[in-house]
Amino acid sequence: MRLTLHIWRQRNRNDRGRFVKYEINDVSPDMSFLEMLDVLNQRLIEHGEEPVAFEHDCREGICGCCGMVINGVANGPEKGTTVCQLHLRHFRDGDVIYIEPWRSRAFPAIKDLVVDRSALDRIMQAGGFISVRAGSAPEANTVLIPKETAELAMDAAGCIGCGACVASCPNGAAALFVAAKISHLGLLPQGQPERHRRARAMVRQMDREGFGACSNHRECEAVCPKRISIRFIALANRDFLKESLAPSEATSGKAKNAKK
Amino acid sequence: MNLAPKVPSGPLEEKWTRYRSTVKLVSPANKGNFTVIVVGTGLAGASAAATLADLGYNVLVFCFQDSARRAHSVAAQGGINAAKNYRNDGDSTMRLFSETVAGGDFRSREANVYRLAEISGGIIDQCVAQGVPFAREYSGYLANRSFGGSLVSRTFYCRGQTGQQLLLGAYSALCHQVTLGRVKVFARTEMLDLVVAGGRARGIVTRDLVTGRVEAHAADAVLLATGGYANVFFLSTNARGANATAIWRAYRRGAGFANPCFTQIHPTCIPQSGHYQSKLPLMSEALRNDGRVWVPKLKGDTRDPAEIPESERDYYLERMYPGYGNLAPRDIASRATKRVCDEGYGVGVSGRGVYLDLTGATARLGEDAVRERYGNLFEMYECITGEEPWKAPMRIYPAPHYTMGGLWVDYGLQSTIAGLFVLGEANFSDHGANRLGASALMQGLADGYFIIPYTLGEYFAGAILEKVSPADQKFTEAQKEVEDRVARLLSVQGRRTVDSFHRELGAVLWEHCGMSRDAAGLRAATGKIRALRGQFWEDVRVPGDAADLNQELEKAGRVADYLELGELMCRDALAREESCGCHFREEFQTTDGEAMRDDGRFCHVAVWEFAAEDREPARYVEPLTFEAVKPAERSYK
Amino acid sequence: MHRVAEFYRSTPGKKFVTTVTGAVLFAYVVLHTLGNLQIYFGTRMLNAYAGLLHSVPGLVWAVRFVIALSGTLHVVAAVQLTIRNWGSRPIRYMVQRYREADWAGRTMIWSGTGVAAFAVYHVLHLALGSVHPDFVPGDVYHNVMAGLLVLPVSIIYIAAVVLLGLHLYHGLWSFFQTLGWSHPLYDSWRRAFATAFAVGVVAGNVSIPVTVLLRLIS
Ligand SMILES: Cc1cc2nc3c(=O)[nH]c(=O)nc-3n(C[C@H](O)[C@H](O)[C@H](O)COP(=O)(O)OP(=O)(O)OC[C@H]3O[C@@H](n4cnc5c(N)ncnc54)[C@H](O)[C@@H]3O)c2cc1C
Ligand code: HEM
Ligand code: FES
Repeated sequence: MRLTLHIWRQRNRNDRGRFVKYEINDVSPDMSFLEMLDVLNQRLIEHGEEPVAFEHDCREGICGCCGMVINGVANGPEKGTTVCQLHLRHFRDGDVIYIEPWRSRAFPAIKDLVVDRSALDRIMQAGGFISVRAGSAPEANTVLIPKETAELAMDAAGCIGCGACVASCPNGAAALFVAAKISHLGLLPQGQPERHRRARAMVRQMDREGFGACSNHRECEAVCPKRISIRFIALANRDFLKESLAPSEATSGKAKNAKK
Repeated sequence: MNLAPKVPSGPLEEKWTRYRSTVKLVSPANKGNFTVIVVGTGLAGASAAATLADLGYNVLVFCFQDSARRAHSVAAQGGINAAKNYRNDGDSTMRLFSETVAGGDFRSREANVYRLAEISGGIIDQCVAQGVPFAREYSGYLANRSFGGSLVSRTFYCRGQTGQQLLLGAYSALCHQVTLGRVKVFARTEMLDLVVAGGRARGIVTRDLVTGRVEAHAADAVLLATGGYANVFFLSTNARGANATAIWRAYRRGAGFANPCFTQIHPTCIPQSGHYQSKLPLMSEALRNDGRVWVPKLKGDTRDPAEIPESERDYYLERMYPGYGNLAPRDIASRATKRVCDEGYGVGVSGRGVYLDLTGATARLGEDAVRERYGNLFEMYECITGEEPWKAPMRIYPAPHYTMGGLWVDYGLQSTIAGLFVLGEANFSDHGANRLGASALMQGLADGYFIIPYTLGEYFAGAILEKVSPADQKFTEAQKEVEDRVARLLSVQGRRTVDSFHRELGAVLWEHCGMSRDAAGLRAATGKIRALRGQFWEDVRVPGDAADLNQELEKAGRVADYLELGELMCRDALAREESCGCHFREEFQTTDGEAMRDDGRFCHVAVWEFAAEDREPARYVEPLTFEAVKPAERSYK
Repeated sequence: MHRVAEFYRSTPGKKFVTTVTGAVLFAYVVLHTLGNLQIYFGTRMLNAYAGLLHSVPGLVWAVRFVIALSGTLHVVAAVQLTIRNWGSRPIRYMVQRYREADWAGRTMIWSGTGVAAFAVYHVLHLALGSVHPDFVPGDVYHNVMAGLLVLPVSIIYIAAVVLLGLHLYHGLWSFFQTLGWSHPLYDSWRRAFATAFAVGVVAGNVSIPVTVLLRLIS
């Protein structure tokens, strides 16, 4: 196969960046997209040029490292796949492909296709957990969880934190990521005590990081490699509204009044 | 080299309890005065860091990925074992223990394995409490499935994402501690050396992968939880970034390296399809529950598998190992597969493949049931190969997957360097010469949540630790060495890419130190690897500079270490003149091709000590004694 | 900070304000549309309806107040959100293709602005009559007929209603998501609801200038 690639090259955060065109003409349809970039990079190195920096690790669609925007779509033309799982058989001989990094104010550029997604970690740190000390957990089967609930929680928990939702959203919103986290823990009985507080804390951090707001465009769902549903955005909104407008007395900061 | 395993006295069942009840403790007020470095945020590292921080220690955490959540543990699909006996099918701590010891072909330390089995149930409790969405029955109880190497159903799972979900549990606990200010995470930071001062591990030297800054960090203890080194083969099921650098640098600083040649070759991976391939994705072993493995009875049969009638199929695992059939342990299944392919029965273009057939299960259980169990695995297969496993059997072939070898540790997970603890896949672990499915996740979490909190406390309580700072000579020296090495890698400016060396190394190891080994091959491999290493330092080309994100430079450092480790693997394989578990020496087999163990000479852990550059390392042994389960011939027939 | 203030500062908080106020505006639009359709029952009916509205003391002012308040809040929150969203991607993509995000959704701020501009014009045209060629206070029927017979005016009316339709097409669906009203049993109805009402409002209101222009009623 022959492909023409226009790849975003940017030396570092301060560099302005530009597209560079590469012709590649001996790739096979069975290659993954990243393997195609490997081939290109080997060639660049041999010619004394700097290879294209891109992130990858597991190469089986689970670590969430490898995102990039391919011809205007986060993670490329195949639905429900990461770039490492995207194969060239989904392209045609002679295609022209634009490859760009995730673009978002909250994801500062690092180099070429690599961006800094630590904003997502900070959102998790704000509340994406159930506080439980090692050793204090009750026997696992003492809490029964209906299969449907567990499955729904698992649907949300499937998020691999790749950031495609942010990259694809016309508003650069992180709503799907945050909602998936809020829902995963909020749906489970174990997550109830901190449920609403968690929603509020995570949303607050999300806003601080400079993401856009959700306008319900549904673009995130369409590019999510794990096909996480925007239903979770609705569920998370519910938790957030509840905690913000009608918090339980205990978490509203007014509990002390009850002592009077 | 002092290899005292420090196993507590008393009956096997009471050792751990006794240890816990008598271990010296650090006063709660004092814990905040100790700083612990944890390298690695996989299951072992993240769980350890979160738990230690929760106890009150100051914890510094390092990982090379951009987020702690992306450690390679995310890739585990199949599940995690625990002796809960929820199925009432005869499971118990004792059974999990004895199966693991036998599965490891009697090359692991009994007391450690028993402790692992004993702790296993608590891990599930902990993970459920953290919100890990394990699969459930309609009644709301936890579901189980069976896994290779066992006759009971004790594997807990989250669809095909068990590792990811368990890691999210540990990572979220870590996040909580970050918020509380007790943990500081250094992501995109690679450990490039260990600092030993006053005979104790007191810090590490790291390189910030974005700015290139090399820096020393001081602490009171160092925990390595940096995962396995199966990536040494270049093509493996591991993540591309998986590396041995951390443990290799520790080895060079004096930590004993145990059983380096014990590498697990997983039977069910997607076969290689081209020279450009970068990875051999694993198809979870769980597929063997309902799938049957076969090859055509006719050599070089190129018919469409669907057209090959039952009578012309050889279900070779069922034929050779009727007791376990398709659930035979990994080493056994992989070797059988290699054998049928070597004999010319393999399928696919390269002839390096066998069928893993779930079409029968689909007909028997219905497509829905099969989809629920394996849907995501099927999708993955289809996505990679472009073929549909619903209609035709999948093609699979063994691939390097896991390393039982690693840094030697005592019962308290302490290496031969005081204050250096090793957790998870990075240590030589509890799996002997072969690991059973779904037990690595168990081990990583046991180490992190339940073992290290006690054993590290004991170390601190018993040690007098002088104050150290990154400005001390030992630190600045180590830092200088790292800087020099980085500069050296960049200065070669030869003609070959790092990957080309890595591929070549992998090919040599796969050929001579893979599924079967022999003395001549291993000797040849040692020579080849040494020559390749020489070439590497003369002809490698690392573009770019040091003060920047430079992925080739990262790879170069890792491959340089692999080029040393590869040689040690061959050396270890050569010295172990027996066949056991994954380690199959052609010279030591029974007439029907089964492994022949030599308990008289090799019932021990082989531990290597680094000598000076290009001097022969020394081999020491920790003898293994078995009280509860007597070494027997492993039989899955 | 008080919780409510903090709530409004958050993006879902502002979004909640746009949705609640949007719903109020929508309710008004529906009633207004139903009112407008009285035109088909002739002069007397329409004028009587208009008279009725004015006969209840304070009703008109109450409605005006609610609409003005809702409109203001809606616009303020929506503009704040939009400005934030515009800033969230300082470097644009060279190529960007949308899979799902539709045109109606991506142009809410413009359809909204169009509607707002029209609302001002509409008040000046048919309520105050200051831009009307032949305004007769109290004779709603006449004012509408005379006003809409001017072709460019009718075109403005039609265009504005289409913009409103686009706004509602996305907004009414979005409304459910924002409030967290989602249930697998009913989710498929949300799209149907939004489409139906968007089409209904457009059809109802577009029909008036069209019938007037075609002189189907006089
Ligand atoms: C595809 C696949 C499927 C598997 N499925 C199963 C399964 O179903 N059940 C099961 O029990 N086991 C399974 N395993 C094995 C299991 O996943 C691993 O053994 C286990 O997760 C290892 O965990 P760990 O914490 O030791 O290390 P890892 O998860 O590998 O983490 C290593 C950490 O160390 C860091 N690190 C490494 N080197 C450095 C350095 N030099 N500097 C800084 N940081 C460093 C990395 O950033 C990472 O955070 C599977 C393995 C693979 C590859
Ligand atoms: C009759 C008048 C109007 C009605 C019935 C109306 C209705 C709605 C509704 C129902 C929503 C959806 C809220 C949500 O997504 O949850 C919405 C959103 C929006 N409205 Fe309006 N609106 C009107 C006027 C305006 C005006 C005058 C503006 C001018 C700026 C405007 C700008 C917006 C914007 C920008 C949004 C999207 C906000 C976002 O998703 O971020 N609207 N509108
Ligand atoms: S490299 Fe891990 S998801 Fe693509």
